[in-house]
Amino acid sequence: MVASRLPDAVQGPGPVDVVLNVNGATHVVRIEPRVSLLDCLRDHMNLTGAKKGCNQGACGACTVWVDKRRVVACLTLAIACEGRDITTIEGMAVDGSLHPMQKAFLSEDAFQCGYCTPGQIMSAVALLAEGHAGSDAEIGEWMSGNICRCAAYPNIRTAIRDVRDGVGGVRKDATR
Amino acid sequence: MRPVSYSRVSDVATAIATVAADPTSAYLAGGTTKIDMLRIYAEPSQRLVDINSLPIDHIEVQPDGAVRIGGLARMNDVALAPVVVDRFPVLSEALLLGASAQLRNMASMGGNMMQRVRCSYFRDAEARCNKREPGTGCGAIGGVNRGHAVLGTSPHCIATHPSDAAVALVALDAMIHVQNAAGHHAIAADDFFLLPGDTPEREHPLNHGDLITAIEVPPLAAARNSLYLKVRDRESYEFALASAACALTVEDGTVAEVRLALGGVATKPWRARAAEHLLRGAPATRETFARAAAAELAGAVPQPMNAFKVELAQRTIIRALETLTARGAVS
Repeated sequence: MVASRLPDAVQGPGPVDVVLNVNGATHVVRIEPRVSLLDCLRDHMNLTGAKKGCNQGACGACTVWVDKRRVVACLTLAIACEGRDITTIEGMAVDGSLHPMQKAFLSEDAFQCGYCTPGQIMSAVALLAEGHAGSDAEIGEWMSGNICRCAAYPNIRTAIRDVRDGVGGVRKDATR
Repeated sequence: MRPVSYSRVSDVATAIATVAADPTSAYLAGGTTKIDMLRIYAEPSQRLVDINSLPIDHIEVQPDGAVRIGGLARMNDVALAPVVVDRFPVLSEALLLGASAQLRNMASMGGNMMQRVRCSYFRDAEARCNKREPGTGCGAIGGVNRGHAVLGTSPHCIATHPSDAAVALVALDAMIHVQNAAGHHAIAADDFFLLPGDTPEREHPLNHGDLITAIEVPPLAAARNSLYLKVRDRESYEFALASAACALTVEDGTVAEVRLALGGVATKPWRARAAEHLLRGAPATRETFARAAAAELAGAVPQPMNAFKVELAQRTIIRALETLTARGAVS
């Protein structure tokens, strides 16, 4: 057993300074430890791309990446993300040019109301990087954490296939 | 959500000492249960001790062929580990058929063992619930109980155990390794989950501050021919109505080795020992499978809305055994 040492300082329950790396930029926010990553992004950083659908980990509208892994931001504490790299939908475009998956969602009409779309796209890009987009069935299974109540699923699958297969000149490996 | 304080720890001893010293504290791993429960006021912790930096997330093969899974290994990482896919497909499948890709990236194996029930009365802080507030009664008995348990129930609680992975681990005779200030001990997975009985608030034989450091799955040749069959209301991202974790070896038309555990129908991951007993040494036929399934469900106590589970569980068992029998015959 490793020799015991003092734990890191106890923070909160009142507001504390939290340093977060979001889309390559460093942000300092003053928040209580109970604040979720989702609320921190939306209410304290004006990054409102990630959406609050259910706020209980059921809908996937708040999907972002922490250290390149897709997670639900509503069940993640912001303070627990100190020292990690957070990526949101706002970080997908480069120099004003949309990510290939964003372009594919537009060209394939892969949304209706659009509320779930940022989460869908964050999941879809991660899905390709994970290698779980081999078939429509596999796409459906590994995208099941992103609910679309407009039921745009066929078009979402088409957009993912487009990027996977390089349709329309998009990069095949579209992950950064 | 209640206010909470937060600290991070980077070694196991400090983590245990920190939580053990403060009865209002709790470990924070993936957070997929803990944060949810805090938000709906169904969980009283006031201090979270973040253990995500602890070095207990490895998946290692032991010299005897056992696989040791760190308590902080994430569900997806365990499910996709080649050694798990190859030697324990039942565990890989159970993990992949649970939750969503995002939640599986977050949720730890230790946390999966500690996850709380999905009973809507337990999760509604206004409702009666003997598990959340002992002595207040059970809202589910006589209430909306379609998803509730038919095996292992008591007059005080009928909540279904929600884990899929734990069902596979119980079938595989896994050991849950626990550390506390006094030292280390291991608990058989079947003993790790307690029946509600008269104390539904007590779900595990753990004391405050005990930390799951690893889960060890012993070698089992039969597990190479194994599966997790999950029956549910929708095809993905849904809890089981009935499930079967099953490993089977058939030799000369006779059941040589079998492991069977049920999910979705019981108050704990349910090792189907009555069925196993009837199956071992018996002809690997549909008739035997049906007799074994019926024996296992003979003690079921259904509620008005979940009586269908008694039949559904039996069909799930039979289909799992028939599938593995066919696979074993060609492999």
